Amino acid sequence: MSVPRYWREEVPRYRLLGKECTGCGAKFFPARPVCTKCGSTEFKDHKLAETGEVVTWTVIRNPPPGFEKYKPYVVALIELEDGMRLLSQVVDVDPEEVQKGMRVEAVFRRVKEDGKAGIIQYGYKFRPVVE
Amino acid sequence: MRKVAVAGVGLVKVSEHWGKPIGALFADAALQAVKDAGTDDVDGLYVSNMSGALMQEQLNMGALMADAIAKQGLHAVRAEAGSASGGVAFHEAVKAVASGYSDCVLVAGVEKMSDVLPEVVTKSLVMEEEQEYSAYTGVTKAGLSAMLHRLYLDLYAEPSEVGMMAVQSHENAVGCRHAQYPFRMSIERAMDSPMEADPIHMMECAGIGDGAAAIVLVPADTEGVEVAATTVATDYCSLPMREDPLTLGAVKTAAEKAYKMAAVKPGDVDLVEVQDDFTINGVLSLESLGLVERGRAAKLVAGGGAARDGELPTNTFGGLKARGNPLGATGVYQVAEVALQLRGAAGDHQVEDAKVGLAQNMGGLGSTCAVTILRRLGR
Repeated sequence: MSVPRYWREEVPRYRLLGKECTGCGAKFFPARPVCTKCGSTEFKDHKLAETGEVVTWTVIRNPPPGFEKYKPYVVALIELEDGMRLLSQVVDVDPEEVQKGMRVEAVFRRVKEDGKAGIIQYGYKFRPVVE
Repeated sequence: MRKVAVAGVGLVKVSEHWGKPIGALFADAALQAVKDAGTDDVDGLYVSNMSGALMQEQLNMGALMADAIAKQGLHAVRAEAGSASGGVAFHEAVKAVASGYSDCVLVAGVEKMSDVLPEVVTKSLVMEEEQEYSAYTGVTKAGLSAMLHRLYLDLYAEPSEVGMMAVQSHENAVGCRHAQYPFRMSIERAMDSPMEADPIHMMECAGIGDGAAAIVLVPADTEGVEVAATTVATDYCSLPMREDPLTLGAVKTAAEKAYKMAAVKPGDVDLVEVQDDFTINGVLSLESLGLVERGRAAKLVAGGGAARDGELPTNTFGGLKARGNPLGATGVYQVAEVALQLRGAAGDHQVEDAKVGLAQNMGGLGSTCAVTILRRLGR
């Protein structure tokens, strides 16, 4: 992970910050250069909801390099309360207990490290809401 | 635009070719295709390769491959579109001949996966996906398909019905000389194998192999196999953006354009080669191609409909699962196999009286799709 890339993704990733098209109101996460609904290139910030539910999910058994120590881990397609969808790991749960419609909330977590001297990368993951 | 024909094909057995550098592997297929075409007047080369930059640390693959077959001076270019590289390279090569810019083009895919460890293959596959917000989650290519697999099971099929896609591909590969795994596999073997990305079992995934496939294209005559249509389409690169995840938009768009271009209906297709790198991808592809009604493809396959004598012969030499999936070469294998069928040169794999065949090659989770329709001329 290069420093500029990490730096430019930091704010949207740490704060779950997306964009809203000022032309038609369509919302996007992550930011896009062109609105897919109306073609506008003008946007303002949109803070995503931090709770939502699992639409579908998988358990990663053979991860890409850098994620080995977390295996097996759950990655889910999540629909947030504001209707936005995103992909995220779901943590603090036994993979066998994840269900469709499970309520989850965003948490700030370590994602991976670039070796012993590289950047420690952080971001959002989701965990079950304890009612 | 001129009509274009397939004049020759060359196929290397998908395997672990430890002793061969990538250029030699490429040359094996390329020289076979040129010999099969009976011409050495190649004036353009399209190389398809997905992961050479990672696996061999090799760029500039066009020049490297032209050099390998001693064609210094040749117009050469490499096409990359993830796992759809082969289908996209074929498409560009057809346009070169159709436009009149070239008169005899070699399109050849090559991929050498045995040079790296399995986790590097996992990395290379997820490099097809958007990196900053999709791959950053630690998801794999299998994991993305697995999320669709789960949605499909909720609505339409039993796990073993989807798993039959792999069983049928293995059945079709028996006796195939260029297949990596030309043997039968039982549904129990597939369903009892460990999970790769739940609910996808390991034996529902295409393996890792080295391979090369080549095709020679020339202007069409009145006989032989013509390229009736070749199309490429794209879709949202991230799954959360898709309104209906079970419709592969790029596949649907590319197919609809191709049927129109070839002036055929889905019902006219005599055989099909689809992207079954994971069983669910094969199932969803058959549906998004419009060949099988939504929600019915797994049941059709489980009922024997994808066998060579079934109602929709599918992956007649074993598909990605059993013939093998050397990434950037796969799309060229598919088109070459369809051409062999239409020539009546498929041997034990022959689909009787095949006139129209379709190949579907997909990159990422359906973010790019190339569709090719070939048609037998004359007779």
